[in-house]
Amino acid sequence: MYKIVEKKTLNKEIDLMRIEAPLVARNAQPGHFVILRVEAEGERIPLTIAGIEGNLVDIIYQKLGYSTKLLGEKEAGDTVEDFVGPLGKAAHIRDSKHVVGVAGGVGAAPLLPQLKAYKEAGARVDLIIGARSESFLILLDEFKAICDEVIITTDDGSAGLKGLVTDALKHHLEDNAGIEHVIAIGPVIMMKYVTLMAKDYKKSIDVSLNPIMIDGTGMCGNCRVSIGGKTFFACIDGPDFDGSDVDFDELMQRQSYYKDEEHACYLRLKT
Amino acid sequence: MNKTPRMKMREQDVEVRNRNFLEVALGYSYEEAIEEAKRCIDCKNPRCVMACPVRVKIPEFIKYLLEGALETAFETIYEDNILPSICGRVCPQESQCEGACILGIKQEAVNIGALERFVGDYGMEHNLADQTEVKNNGTKVAVVGSGPAGLANAASLRKKGYDVTIFEALHDFGGVLKYGIPDFRLPKDIVAHEIDNLKTMGVTFVKNAVIGKSLTIEQLMKEEGYKAVFIGSGAGLPSSLGVPGENLNGVYYANEFLTRVNLMKSRAIPTSKTPIKLGNNIAVVGGGNVAMDAARTAKRLGAENVFILYRRGREGLPARLDEIHHAEAEGIDMRLLTNPVEIIGENHIVKQVRCEKMKLGEPDSSGRRRPLGTGEFVTYDIDNIIISIGQKPNPIIKDNTANLDTQPWGGIITDEFHMTSIPGVFAGGDVVTGAATVILAMGTGKDAAHHMDEYLQNLH
Ligand SMILES: Cc1cc2nc3c(=O)[nH]c(=O)nc-3n(C[C@H](O)[C@H](O)[C@H](O)COP(=O)(O)OP(=O)(O)OC[C@H]3O[C@@H](n4cnc5c(N)ncnc54)[C@H](O)[C@@H]3O)c2cc1C
Ligand SMILES: Cc1cc2nc3c(=O)[nH]c(=O)nc-3n(C[C@H](O)[C@H](O)[C@H](O)COP(=O)(O)OP(=O)(O)OC[C@H]3O[C@@H](n4cnc5c(N)ncnc54)[C@H](O)[C@@H]3O)c2cc1C
Ligand code: FES
Repeated sequence: MYKIVEKKTLNKEIDLMRIEAPLVARNAQPGHFVILRVEAEGERIPLTIAGIEGNLVDIIYQKLGYSTKLLGEKEAGDTVEDFVGPLGKAAHIRDSKHVVGVAGGVGAAPLLPQLKAYKEAGARVDLIIGARSESFLILLDEFKAICDEVIITTDDGSAGLKGLVTDALKHHLEDNAGIEHVIAIGPVIMMKYVTLMAKDYKKSIDVSLNPIMIDGTGMCGNCRVSIGGKTFFACIDGPDFDGSDVDFDELMQRQSYYKDEEHACYLRLKT
Repeated sequence: MNKTPRMKMREQDVEVRNRNFLEVALGYSYEEAIEEAKRCIDCKNPRCVMACPVRVKIPEFIKYLLEGALETAFETIYEDNILPSICGRVCPQESQCEGACILGIKQEAVNIGALERFVGDYGMEHNLADQTEVKNNGTKVAVVGSGPAGLANAASLRKKGYDVTIFEALHDFGGVLKYGIPDFRLPKDIVAHEIDNLKTMGVTFVKNAVIGKSLTIEQLMKEEGYKAVFIGSGAGLPSSLGVPGENLNGVYYANEFLTRVNLMKSRAIPTSKTPIKLGNNIAVVGGGNVAMDAARTAKRLGAENVFILYRRGREGLPARLDEIHHAEAEGIDMRLLTNPVEIIGENHIVKQVRCEKMKLGEPDSSGRRRPLGTGEFVTYDIDNIIISIGQKPNPIIKDNTANLDTQPWGGIITDEFHMTSIPGVFAGGDVVTGAATVILAMGTGKDAAHHMDEYLQNLH
């Protein structure tokens, strides 16, 4: 059992939790993730490590379906059944002088520790962050504290520019020829289009892939992704990869294979 | 010579067992066990013992059984094999003890597996396993992985007085015994019982600890005070078929399929949180125990047509004989000399598998006749395909442990004392041999414990 020591609501869909887990905290680095089970007999779900302080591990999750909703019903003082990590390979911090991070939705959470690492390595760090509307933007203060420039986009124009992150990215790349590297974390469709744009502008591009996972130790193969015609297991080879040759369409298909069953689980929780 | 035929083991009826996950083979009654035990001719130089990887004193335990001294029979097995209920059920007896049995030359071998199972189960029911908590000598030893190799290693070291902790990556213990082998062959309460025994003996179990990530081997030894480490992390990483279409939806590796069903309990449809999606026409690629388990599990989940695709002939099937028979009785179709070359999909969902018909050529390095393509192809309509063509060690420990020598395929290299290239770090089981058997894993775990003890004694 792992104790929830703090819980914060970031917006109506997204919470932050601080969980006591010394074995996860000890060796964790940006890019690593955990797998947790909210309760016995529960599903194993992967979540990125958003921050570490001593024995405490931060996770930021979007209440999307059954397991994340169930997690959201827990409060500080409660426990979760299982919490294992740090899993995956730590993010590869490139030798770039000017990077731009692109965050979509809850993807802002895994992006924050990576941008921090770039800042600490002395790079100029810009951020483009997108959400449906103003109330869905998260971690703005944390990003502002480390970024040289923060550009906001919302679908409805309630904050920042109205439109998609790719529109803002295009302008930003046009205006800043010095940008060497792009990191995109968010919905697969967003990562796909950011990758295409980065390639157009001849910038290197890293993405963080989120296929369905079970064990997180390379045992089941559920998390396999195709990159340049080769198969990789996201849980041990990733989850961060060079985006240029990722088969994003396959990933989207694989993510949706269990959509009907997930929906059935979710309905049971609601009733 | 005794001419009584081999006592058949009672089984659940095919039509019934195809709808449940209860054990298929029901075991011997006391009377049946005695009848079968009488068939042993108590050879002077028992070939069965030599053919057993851990040298269980087979004629001796059978003699005690015949005398009705079941406790002594149990203790006799237990000296060499701490998991008799498990090994009695899953060992490939036909290529070990029973394969060497003299009776087998003219008639059928003694059913040693069934007798071991009977005695093991008796011991389990009567709690005969020695659980005395030996006084802790204060020397810490870490065991990585809770499969048969790790369990056997931990039990032996604890008996010698060491302060033993098992670190397991998953949320439950037992390794393949837990997440791989299905209940209808190995009921999970047996595995749980063996683990409880170890807990009673004073072994500490830590779940959710991925060694190499949560703690490195170096941290275990330099910061946590462990004086020796045993790596029994198994061979869990599925091998790929390497044909087009392998990443289509509906293509499973056996590990994913079996893990969803066994560890995550997805057969409890529709209440499981980790479901399994399965259609009616299921191809299973491979001919080993894993393939048979996957095929029979698919059948039990309600799939109508389940067939095995295997590139060699029947005599090449590496699965236990019993499982091949059970699978066939349950209606699993063996499409032999058939090798998948392409998985075909539509809208990214698997629809068909295209196979080449094979013929047998000259023997290859494994001694079996090499399958050769004929240039003739067949295509089958399928809803799912389950790939079970082998496993290798996952790279987590290898990638996060400096100076640990490994084989090109990822196996850990050990010397004749089971020690790796790092002093004080030992290894055994599938992570050293590649996917093998429960008894071999258990045997090396136990053997390594002996050498670890010697190593630790010399440290002081
Ligand atoms: C490496 C990695 C890091 C992630 N980090 C975060 C994070 O920091 N914050 C966050 O909110 N989400 C993160 N996710 C996604 C998160 O795991 C899923 O949102 C969660 O599992 C959904 O479960 P559910 O039962 O609530 O929803 P469901 O209704 O079951 O599923 C909703 C969608 O989530 C995906 N999903 C479902 N089960 C799994 C699973 N076992 N593994 C992976 N994806 C699944 C599917 O694509 C599905 O369509 C990450 C995923 C991965 C692989
Ligand atoms: C479906 C199936 C059916 C089989 N049927 C038979 C049979 O009938 N008869 C037979 O004799 N054999 C059978 N086998 C093979 C047999 O199960 C294995 O040979 C045996 O389990 C190997 O034991 P092990 O202890 O080496 O590894 P495993 O049983 O694989 O256990 C290794 C454990 O280590 C854990 N681990 C891995 N990495 C780490 C890490 N970094 N840190 C912490 N823990 C880690 C794993 O999660 C796992 O629990 C079967 C295998 C499968 C998959
Ligand atoms: S999650 Fe099972 S292999 Fe990656």
